[in-house]
Amino acid sequence: MSSSNTHTSTIGAIGAPSRRNTELALLVFAVVIPVFAYANVGLSIGGELPSGMLGYGLGLGLLAGVAHLVVRKFARYADPLLLPLATLLNGLGLVLIWRLDQSPRLKQRAESAFGSYSPDAPKQLLYSAIAIAMFVGVLMLLKDHRILQRYTYISMAVALVLLIIPMFFPAVNGAKIWINLGGFTIQPGEFAKIIIAIFFSGYLMVKRDALALASRRFMGIYLPRGRDLGPIITIWALSLLILVFETDLGTSLLFFGMFVVMLYVATERTSWIVFGLVMSAAGAVGVATFEPHVQSRVTAWLDPFDCYQSDVTGACQQIADGLMSFGAGGTLGAGLGQGNSDLIGFAANADFILTTVGEELGLAGMMAMLLLYGLIVERGLRTALAARDPFGKLLAAGLSGAFAIQVFVVAGGVLGLIPLTGMTMPFLAYGGSSVLANWVLIAILIRISDTARRPAPAPAPTSDAEMTQVVRP
Amino acid sequence: MNKPLRRIAIFCGLLVLALLVRTNWIQYVQADSLQTDEKNQRIRIERYSEPRGNIIVDGDPITGSKKTDDPYLTYKRTYKDGPMWAPVTGFASQIYGATQIEQLEDKILTGNDDRLFFRNTMDMVTGKKKQGGNVVTTLNAAAQKAAFKGLGDNKGAVAALDPSTGAILALASAPSYDPAKIAGQSKADATEWKKLLDDPDKASVNRALRETYPPGSTFKVVTAAAAMEHGLYDDPDGKTDSPLPYTLPNTSQDLPNEGNLPCKDASLRVALQYSCNTVFGKIGADLGRDKMLETAGKFGFNKPVDTPVRAYPSVFPKKMDKPQTALSSIGQFETAATPLQMAMVASAVANNGTLMEPYMVQQLQAPNLDTIEKHEPKKMSEPLSEENAQKLQSMMETVVNKGTGTSARIPGVTVGGKTGTAQHGVDNSEKPYAWFVSYAKTDEGSPVAVAVVVEDSKAARQDISGGGLAAPIAKSVMQAVLDKK
Repeated sequence: MSSSNTHTSTIGAIGAPSRRNTELALLVFAVVIPVFAYANVGLSIGGELPSGMLGYGLGLGLLAGVAHLVVRKFARYADPLLLPLATLLNGLGLVLIWRLDQSPRLKQRAESAFGSYSPDAPKQLLYSAIAIAMFVGVLMLLKDHRILQRYTYISMAVALVLLIIPMFFPAVNGAKIWINLGGFTIQPGEFAKIIIAIFFSGYLMVKRDALALASRRFMGIYLPRGRDLGPIITIWALSLLILVFETDLGTSLLFFGMFVVMLYVATERTSWIVFGLVMSAAGAVGVATFEPHVQSRVTAWLDPFDCYQSDVTGACQQIADGLMSFGAGGTLGAGLGQGNSDLIGFAANADFILTTVGEELGLAGMMAMLLLYGLIVERGLRTALAARDPFGKLLAAGLSGAFAIQVFVVAGGVLGLIPLTGMTMPFLAYGGSSVLANWVLIAILIRISDTARRPAPAPAPTSDAEMTQVVRP
Repeated sequence: MNKPLRRIAIFCGLLVLALLVRTNWIQYVQADSLQTDEKNQRIRIERYSEPRGNIIVDGDPITGSKKTDDPYLTYKRTYKDGPMWAPVTGFASQIYGATQIEQLEDKILTGNDDRLFFRNTMDMVTGKKKQGGNVVTTLNAAAQKAAFKGLGDNKGAVAALDPSTGAILALASAPSYDPAKIAGQSKADATEWKKLLDDPDKASVNRALRETYPPGSTFKVVTAAAAMEHGLYDDPDGKTDSPLPYTLPNTSQDLPNEGNLPCKDASLRVALQYSCNTVFGKIGADLGRDKMLETAGKFGFNKPVDTPVRAYPSVFPKKMDKPQTALSSIGQFETAATPLQMAMVASAVANNGTLMEPYMVQQLQAPNLDTIEKHEPKKMSEPLSEENAQKLQSMMETVVNKGTGTSARIPGVTVGGKTGTAQHGVDNSEKPYAWFVSYAKTDEGSPVAVAVVVEDSKAARQDISGGGLAAPIAKSVMQAVLDKK
């Protein structure tokens, strides 16, 4: 009799298990796999266990442990998969970067290009440590993701500033997406991704009814009123313009996709998808006609082998070398440390890190890797489904959508499915900004999922309870 | 907001699915073609990560491998007497690919041949490194040396065959290049490579197999064979029906002889001895295009020959009128032959009418010297009967004994030959090519047939003749083979 009157809400106070032990078990797995991979690379390249194995293994284990404890303490009900997935990808990324560090070809290349060579793996481990610190910071300081709502317009301003800054720094490899601060290069676009998602969520949450309902019919589709749509479309167009001028096409595609996804989720109107597709097609054609950088990428995408020798930008060679790398891996791969994916040279451990996965771990490794990414997106979208407040729903959907698009754009570009645009593979690729931003993204998703899965507090016992009792005769 | 969210989830699923399909497409369906794409640097990395097997002549390797500083292209090809052997070996370069035997037998040389699979697997189990196999050639080092030395500073080529088997004994081309100088990836190699590409003398061309020349009078051997095979004339010493001067049919143009020669109604023997254009021109015209084509075809004209290095097809024109047939029959008009082709002609005659397929790879060996594949001599065709072949032999021997080819005489050995001085260039403006085809014969049959062409000689124009320039080279090659016997 007690069960019928202790709680009446749909989500029970004792119904949802916290799943923290599941997370811990998965985390052990996520640390052990990269350690094995590390040993594997060392054995195949040097014939012995790598000397830094203990350091990297303990480092990764420590980071994962700290992250887990913080989640246990500050986000008890969070999704148990997100942290292990991110840790596993981050760990494998470290192994792959370390493996490419061992490549004499890349060493030689660095020495002839910069006069010196320094391995990237230790830096990446440092970035990962900072990233985990930020992850911890977000979880500790952000008690409730709805707080972010308050910063809707501030985040808009911050995002714009972040996007504009690289304009004042010189272009690197044809794209102005970096800022250089005393030896550290930061890619503000990675952070802008999260901040602009916060702005979109905040704005759309407020305006979603207006956008969805107060619209006029025009040529069969419903168009919202200018005063509702105006501000957001302005900001969005502005950021796209900035990115186009910085020739950071991957990120502009990302922003565009994220915008359409969030608008669609907020308004529930399919016409937005149509509208978005038409606009992106128009935009793509427009950009391709006046931007030689893009044109060379498109040529390289259509037939990289045809322009292999003639192309001066090197885009064709990069794509073709990437494809040959994937081909060389075949079904089972050459084995860690035994491929020649470093032939790609430039960006081997950044945009093109997937080719190393493809060549050394083969089709099997690639599928596993893509599924890991797919799982992260899926857990993110589940979080969005489970979230009980529209802001959280929108933010989780935007962040997961952005993550999915980023993975698709990078992997699709490297695999020759779409033209290469140049973004980093989250967690896997070398790069401080990327690791930092993506760990923050995971932290926010964990925070939203914690709020979503947290059982509602048990209703206070009321005196009415006694009175509604069925009185038996 | 859940309905659109679910749709977004499906959309994201489709994105991942697209990537999965694409990676399957590349890594499973396209993997093979990507792995073998000529632009794939992995091919050369693998090719040079281990020492290559060797190309063997007379039991000694003429190639080698040297360790380099590069961590990927660990070994570099080296060559002994590179320029001399270049027409046989081709080159294997870390950057510029490989040619000829180096390319054609690459799988054996690298040890990647399927027939070595079992051995490689065993080696893998026992922890031995993969090794390349060897290619054993049919070449005769002494003959090759004689040929290359004989050519000297001249441009030209020599091809020598063993008539009874078709084994190639010498294959020289001059000017030549040193494949060792382009084997690596250094700047010096690049310079050498560029020099080779821009070379006006085309040192990289294998003239013995890949260059065709007008064969001039040496083609008269084929015409004589055709005359006897098709029953036009039977007796080498019988009179032919040959007027002097001879006017090309359907024209008012006379076909001249080189000088005032006793060619009127001359017998085949005399006509060959003095190299009568009138007699052989008329034979060609009398036989007609089809019969000439048939005989030339049996000798190997108009089709490529794989030795295994492919020799360009020599040409006996298929479309020509009667006067053109007459000209073609004395090795002019569009007739063109590789030195190998003319050596095949001489070898068919020397081998009593049977033409053997020329080849230069005797056997392929596994790293432990086990034979993987052995070449069995193959008959290619029978351009003339034994009887006619012997008649032709006696005619060719007359050429050497008292005709234009006396400088090829070897004491105590029967030598048959035919000279040729082929005009070329517009209106005969350029220096003629000097040709000599011959064979030597002992009691046990003929061990060697050889063809020599010297183009663009440094000699003064009037001194250029097959007998003067080419015959001594042929003689030294034949002598080298005979001495070794």
